[in-house]
Amino acid sequence: MAEQTVNKDIAKEENLVFKKTSVLTDKVMHYCPGCGHGTAHRLIAEVIEEMNIQSECIGITPVGCSVLMYNYLDVDMQEAAHGRAPALATAVKRLMPEKFVFTYQGDGDLAAIGTAETIHAANRGENITIFFINNGIYGMTGGQMAPTTLPNMKSSTSPYGRDVKMMGNPLKMTELVAQLPGTYYVTRQAVHTPKDVRKAKKAIRKAFENQKLERGLSLVEIVSNCNSGWKMTPLQANEWMVENMFPFYPMGDLKVDGEMVK
Amino acid sequence: MKELKLMKGNEAIAEAAIRAGADAYFGYPITPQSEVLEYLMAEKPHERTGMVVLQAESEVAAINMVYGGAACGRKVFTSSSSPGISLKQEGISYIAGSELPCLIVNVVRGGPGLGTIQPSQSDYFQATKGGGHGDYRLIVLAPSSVQEMADFVKLGFDLAFKYRNPAMILTDGAIGQMMEKVWLEEQQPRMTEFPEWATTGKKPGKERNIITSLDLDSAMQEKFNLKIQEKYREMEENEVRYETFECDDAEYLLVAYGTSARICQKSVQLAREKGIKVGLLRPQTLFPFPKKKISEMASQVKGILSVEMSAGQMVEDIKLSVEGKVKVGHFGRMGGIIHSAEEIVTALEQKIIGG
Amino acid sequence: MAKVKGTIVVDIERCKGCGLCPPACPTNVISLAKEVNAKGFHYAYMANPDECTGCVNCALVCPDAVITVYRKKN
Repeated sequence: MAEQTVNKDIAKEENLVFKKTSVLTDKVMHYCPGCGHGTAHRLIAEVIEEMNIQSECIGITPVGCSVLMYNYLDVDMQEAAHGRAPALATAVKRLMPEKFVFTYQGDGDLAAIGTAETIHAANRGENITIFFINNGIYGMTGGQMAPTTLPNMKSSTSPYGRDVKMMGNPLKMTELVAQLPGTYYVTRQAVHTPKDVRKAKKAIRKAFENQKLERGLSLVEIVSNCNSGWKMTPLQANEWMVENMFPFYPMGDLKVDGEMVK
Repeated sequence: MKELKLMKGNEAIAEAAIRAGADAYFGYPITPQSEVLEYLMAEKPHERTGMVVLQAESEVAAINMVYGGAACGRKVFTSSSSPGISLKQEGISYIAGSELPCLIVNVVRGGPGLGTIQPSQSDYFQATKGGGHGDYRLIVLAPSSVQEMADFVKLGFDLAFKYRNPAMILTDGAIGQMMEKVWLEEQQPRMTEFPEWATTGKKPGKERNIITSLDLDSAMQEKFNLKIQEKYREMEENEVRYETFECDDAEYLLVAYGTSARICQKSVQLAREKGIKVGLLRPQTLFPFPKKKISEMASQVKGILSVEMSAGQMVEDIKLSVEGKVKVGHFGRMGGIIHSAEEIVTALEQKIIGG
Repeated sequence: MAKVKGTIVVDIERCKGCGLCPPACPTNVISLAKEVNAKGFHYAYMANPDECTGCVNCALVCPDAVITVYRKKN
């Protein structure tokens, strides 16, 4: 084992500028190396710590790779059936309007099986926050085609590429949800570069803070990688994401403070 | 103060729930139970007690709202009718698998498929054997009057919380729609303290609460399954409820619940006028099922007829309880038709006494 | 040189060697070790520790929150 080349003169408590937030547990995440889920989890945890709302948060986890998110986030959590997280969150928030309630859902969960729950929670204007991780694939079950899989993109159930004539078009749920009067803040972010991470964190913070305003639902989409599903290294996957996913799922705010962004 | 009112069965469910201190109702319209949601919306329980009432976008969403609310330790319930209850099965399985209390009302109509809007008892298997995937049971209560519709709401909530398990009121379109006088309990306050397992926000210095039905470790999953099975055995030991009618000198026994049991009371009278000594056993809990009592009765009577508005579902549980000691038969109309008292006596004569 | 301002501590056993932090580093401080940790991952370490400015970029992109960053305040 190589020696760590830590500069001991600098590595002192008074010089500390970044450490893992205590709202993340010490459990090693089960995600593949380089997976954006870990970064997204961390940002949510950091915001919860910074807003000092750990004891007021109830999170709802999906079915998919992030089903076990409750092992990593040190807040009260419920594990929903596939796609149903916004229904659970609706009840939780209605029963405890003073709490901060969020769901964390992948693209299969939110944009396929949970389309109705997502659209209707958004349309009712539930004062909850939805974190939507879009990597264009079903990661947990082994890389099958998702509702968000790009045209011609290969997956284990579109092995020759997504033929939109046969398999339908990818669904831009975030654009759809932004149209609904019940949503107050809808944005699309990424977490693959330091700059994107900083922006995504601001968006996550805004999405949580909006709950205090009681003006409707906030949705933060995070376009992310699935290097195992895409069969690439983490770095290749991030490059592929920038080249292929971002043109179809463009970064930035779609709706801010209840107004569509032009 | 108790209050006497003339109400529909469905309305009695709704009013009793408000008075039982229910925290929330989530539902979706379907005949013949839409009065539950209509009554609740008209009564403005959010003003009376602060109770949440929400019309969901589907039965699937409604049961998952129940799941989320139950996970917060709240008294939550939903109601539907057969096709809607089929849709709710996924959520019910998760609720049972997460050991959460809640109340589900099934105002049964004839099936399969869209079937009919007329009353039926053809969801007995679905209600008592689990319904969704996995080895679980619901506490199943079977009211046979509007009074019991009201009374079983509180009982259902109490049992659900006692065992951390979903409870179901299994009734039918006839009882849901009929009007009778009903004594309503006085208003109970809503809970202000919640169970220690509830996800209400992590308490400082305490472990977080996680509500999940997932355990990828098979040894742990088996352990969990054994634990809930133990809970069901406890229910069978402690929670069996039934009524008997004219059973003391009975030579033949009718077993019926809900609407069928009401008609069977008349059948008992008609049969006795003909000199046939018949009694009636009316299970009020279908799970746990009154196995012991039926086994005892099997030592007393010469034959048992199960009367259900179905092709014969409860009759299987009766046979399991009787263990071949006496003849057990079934009679029942289907597709939304309610049998007459006379038909039942004829069936008893032909299938059990003469057969 | 002599502009040492920062340093990082990698939780070696939790590092999955995904390789996202080296390109995130503006001063090319971080590399993946030739050696592996107990799980067989080539963990991240400071190959050029003197160049670290404590900018936090590596920690921001780390999906496993294994990097702690220190920066000397002048």
